[in-house]
Amino acid sequence: MNADMAGLWPYLLLVLVGFLPNEAWRALGLVMARGLNEDSELVVWSRAVATAILAGVIAKLILLPPGALAGMPLALRVTAAACGFAAFLLVRRSLFVGVAVGEAVLLAGGFLLGR
Amino acid sequence: MAAPHKFESAGAALLGGLKAALTSVFFFVIGGTYVGIGALAHDFGFSSWWLALSTVLVWAGPAQVILISALGSGSPLAETALAVSLTGVRLLPMVVALLPLLRAESTRLRNLLLPTHLTSVSMWVESLRLLPGIAREHRIAFCNGVALGLVGVAVVFGFAGFYLAAGLPPLFAGGLLFLTPVSFLLSTARNARALVDKLALLLGLALAPLLAMQHVQLDLMWSGVIGGTLAYGIHRLREAAL
Repeated sequence: MNADMAGLWPYLLLVLVGFLPNEAWRALGLVMARGLNEDSELVVWSRAVATAILAGVIAKLILLPPGALAGMPLALRVTAAACGFAAFLLVRRSLFVGVAVGEAVLLAGGFLLGR
Repeated sequence: MAAPHKFESAGAALLGGLKAALTSVFFFVIGGTYVGIGALAHDFGFSSWWLALSTVLVWAGPAQVILISALGSGSPLAETALAVSLTGVRLLPMVVALLPLLRAESTRLRNLLLPTHLTSVSMWVESLRLLPGIAREHRIAFCNGVALGLVGVAVVFGFAGFYLAAGLPPLFAGGLLFLTPVSFLLSTARNARALVDKLALLLGLALAPLLAMQHVQLDLMWSGVIGGTLAYGIHRLREAAL
């Protein structure tokens, strides 16, 4: 363990470098949302931007993944996600079925490829 | 559409939200994600209590992953704060889209502080799905219940991952990391009922990897602003044409 990581110092860093830079966006959202209703154009646009950012996070986690997932081939990761999505559409838009099928394809593929 | 569900009291609505969180698919997603983050915190030499506090204060998986790996590997503090802040941009439009769903005539600013702080991808997705079916006067309590339930799951599984750390074989570690993108993909698709949301999902999926591969700075922010604005523009054009 790094000597700098002892005592109260990591907690101070948590607040200064982790909590505040993240929380500022939520506070700004709180200020901007005043007086808006859920059908207002700014809210519809904000939802579209939030959805597109989230979609971007998802795509990057599948195509350019961190750590152990990077050990699985790209084709396997994309195939597993596509199978999960197909199962989700086929079985009453069930999240559980879609996630289970996606994970099963990934793990089976990884196992067969000897990862 | 069925009449909105009314609870007997705010307490009952809070409990209803807690129950919704514990029976949601995000129970598994958050559980899996935070087992991974717990293992990461352990490997970088943080304490389990530091991890729990970071979950309560930051409450955003990607920001926590960056914070832990950057602080743990001794990156410059300003750079770490900037990276954390960039992942947090997505929280701004989420809060702006969520609060109008929560607010009633009598709502005060301080009633919105907790839901604002607890806004995260999982809470947002579940709230946008469930809140329209809840009577407006109980939405804040219900939403707090959902969020606190998910935070509780995250803290517990973070501890579990911390103490299980490094015991997982690579195949299962990969499977855990895959849980986040696949479940977020399906839950976002399930929530995208209007054309504008479906288009935003598709455009974001396509744009972010393209921009990342071109090494565009702030690729996520740009894919959100460009993809979201394009989707919104198409939606407006189509409405104008009808």
